Amino acid sequence: MTEPSPISGTGTAATTRTPLIEVRDLATHFPVRGSLFGRGSSAAVRAVDGVSFDVYPGEVFGLVGESGSGKTTLGRSLLKLVEPTGGSVRYKGRDLVPLSERDMRPLRRELAFVFQDPNASLNPAMTIGQGVGHPLRIHGLVSSRSEARTAVAEMLERVGLHPGESFLDKYPEDVSGGQKQRLVIARALITRPTFVVADEPVAALDMSVRAKVLELMLELKRELDLTYVFITHDLATARFLCDRIGILYLGRFAEWGDTERLFDDPQHPYTRALLDAIPLPDPDRRGRDKSLPRGEIPDALQPPLGCRFHPRCPVAFADCGWEGRDLVDALEERWTDVDEDTFERELGMVGNLGDAVVGDDVVRFPSAAPSELAAWLRAEGERLPTSVFSAVEDVETGSDGVTVRFRPGPEPDEQQVAGRRVACHLHGVTVRPDGTHVGDPAAAASAEAPGSQR
Amino acid sequence: MSDGPTFVGDTPTRTAPVADIRGLRVGYRTPRGPLWAVDGIDLQIAPGESVGLVGESGCGKSSLGRGLVQLLPPGAGVRGSVELDGEELVGASASALRRKRGDDIALVFQEPMTRLDPLMKVSSHFIETIRAHRPGVSKDEAHHMARTALAQMGIPPTRVDDYPHEFSGGMRQRIMIALAIVLQPKLIVADEPTTALDVIVESQILDILDRLRRDESVGLVLITHNLGIVAETCDRVAVMYAGRIVEVGPVEEIFRDPKHPYTRGLLASTISLETTELHTIEGYPPDLIDPPPGCRFNPRCPDRMPHCTQIDPVLTPVAATGAHQAGFAPGAHQAGFAPGAHQAACLLYPGADGSRPAESAERAEGDSL
Repeated sequence: MTEPSPISGTGTAATTRTPLIEVRDLATHFPVRGSLFGRGSSAAVRAVDGVSFDVYPGEVFGLVGESGSGKTTLGRSLLKLVEPTGGSVRYKGRDLVPLSERDMRPLRRELAFVFQDPNASLNPAMTIGQGVGHPLRIHGLVSSRSEARTAVAEMLERVGLHPGESFLDKYPEDVSGGQKQRLVIARALITRPTFVVADEPVAALDMSVRAKVLELMLELKRELDLTYVFITHDLATARFLCDRIGILYLGRFAEWGDTERLFDDPQHPYTRALLDAIPLPDPDRRGRDKSLPRGEIPDALQPPLGCRFHPRCPVAFADCGWEGRDLVDALEERWTDVDEDTFERELGMVGNLGDAVVGDDVVRFPSAAPSELAAWLRAEGERLPTSVFSAVEDVETGSDGVTVRFRPGPEPDEQQVAGRRVACHLHGVTVRPDGTHVGDPAAAASAEAPGSQR
Repeated sequence: MSDGPTFVGDTPTRTAPVADIRGLRVGYRTPRGPLWAVDGIDLQIAPGESVGLVGESGCGKSSLGRGLVQLLPPGAGVRGSVELDGEELVGASASALRRKRGDDIALVFQEPMTRLDPLMKVSSHFIETIRAHRPGVSKDEAHHMARTALAQMGIPPTRVDDYPHEFSGGMRQRIMIALAIVLQPKLIVADEPTTALDVIVESQILDILDRLRRDESVGLVLITHNLGIVAETCDRVAVMYAGRIVEVGPVEEIFRDPKHPYTRGLLASTISLETTELHTIEGYPPDLIDPPPGCRFNPRCPDRMPHCTQIDPVLTPVAATGAHQAGFAPGAHQAGFAPGAHQAACLLYPGADGSRPAESAERAEGDSL
């Protein structure tokens, strides 16, 4: 593994300070048992798949992405609430990844996690006093019950539950949703941690309550000297709250760096798409141009080759990693937009898509009319809804089918663009050294030559 | 770009509404007495018009949506009138309602998987629905209709015989919408249709709904807590609070110049990309078993005046322009209701201290369920 390039992602003063958290090539894969997938024998959901960044003291670092992007797994991996399968997480210089749970114990007091679902962190059978005070007992920070109650009451006041004492003997079910989320925050902060990972802490709350909880989190950060990693799918909240943001897509950063730079001038098509998609409470901005990607985030079990975003990317081109299954998808997408006769005719040529043999850089259609299909593909390929055909090297006619071969595209590496890190070939084709698939080495090497950062 | 058939502007359309709601109340029994989740609502929806229903959780927007299609839990009480294409739904027989649902009015819910049978192919859902409503349609014809409706929603014809679990969340919602429109209803009620979806898929689905109601002239009631969605996809917005509409009117006017303090609070507390400062509405929505006297918003209102605790305000025109003159139903004005107008129920505006005509009769009947 190469030495990671400077992980500032920004040119701000942050670089001159010592990071509180240093994340390098962090990976968390979940093995899948009994899997029949062809690509290697190591079938695993690659939830986090090689992420590097630093978090500086007092900063709010946002992890933003759609469901399935790996943001929650990444957040949990930082605190070893799930076990990373590779890379390192240094907290105050000490790598947490190899530590046993026993060695983690004394550190847990300093590392807090705020869960999205209050019911997951508040035991309904415990009073609020017991539940919020529980970490104090676990860590042996109080010597008596009354000391614990005093500490809890004080923390409840801090999170805006007045008077704190009046809540001690109530149960979580006795309070409103907004108050419950305050309790979760109180429980996370009762041991006076330094580093807090908050996973969608306001997503379940009404707009009118959301603002209050966010305000509280910012207030507590100032008062208690906290450093946050804030996990959210909501870019508006992220923009308001975070100093820096990492946009995650299928376990890797598409783009990360200074919040204002990302929002003012996104450099990755995925970041741009996320921003465009946000509905704006301003009727004057209706009908503005949106570069909406097609489809949805795919399965992390088999991430797309090359750039992981390429099948959805509105501006993908020949080098982005087109592969066999992309041609199948393009045909299906085309067929949503043609009349029934055309569909039947073309399906007749291509044959049942379920019978197509899909490989990494090849797809074979067992067609009944191979020469007709080959001619049609050569003529119509460029008109398919994606630019998949731009990467086709060869359309080969056999006696009982057509084989289409693709030029492999390398997985883009992060590069410095306009003051932030971006993993996209639009800024010059790069090769990620640990990419899941860079295809044919010769093609990767030729792709590396011009405009490469390495 | 508001080229939808709204009621405002230079050329008001005077077509009959697809849905005409008058004095609607929806109540539930509770151990402490009746809870009127919807408490006297007038709203009309024109063909091809998209109306957003917004408010905090518990303001009654989902109950209104369900009241509109008469899909309520047993024991729920409904008063007032909901006319769909001239036909009264309140008090209609179960079989008449079943026919109406699907034929004329369709529902799209938040979680599509709860509405799709995991053991049935997607195409079978269509065939079953179509043949229940159109017994003369053959299976082949129904399959063909399914393919067309699904393709319109971006589901490839190669996948119509797959099972629901083989689709992603966004695709399932597309299937639900295809299923809702295959019989070409006149009104779609969509209750938080994108809340479970990511922002990009949400945007795709909203585009689909918007295209539908424009191309097919379907009336759309979009229930959402997200004001951004309303601003982007609706012609009009009705802001609900404590079971009532407190402000209604063209989206452009209400977002530019909100009149009701509650609407102002909602807009201010919305976190958008431009947010630099957080705002909140103090307090919580009231207990609807025992709502506060006078204006129901008065305990939380930053503009509260002494008489706000005594007078229960009614909707009154508040627009500076003549927009409120564009009513479509003859007689609408006599009833004191101008459908396209910007109105607010707040004593800051003259006329809001009038009586509630639609409801006074209901009150005489009593509050019991």
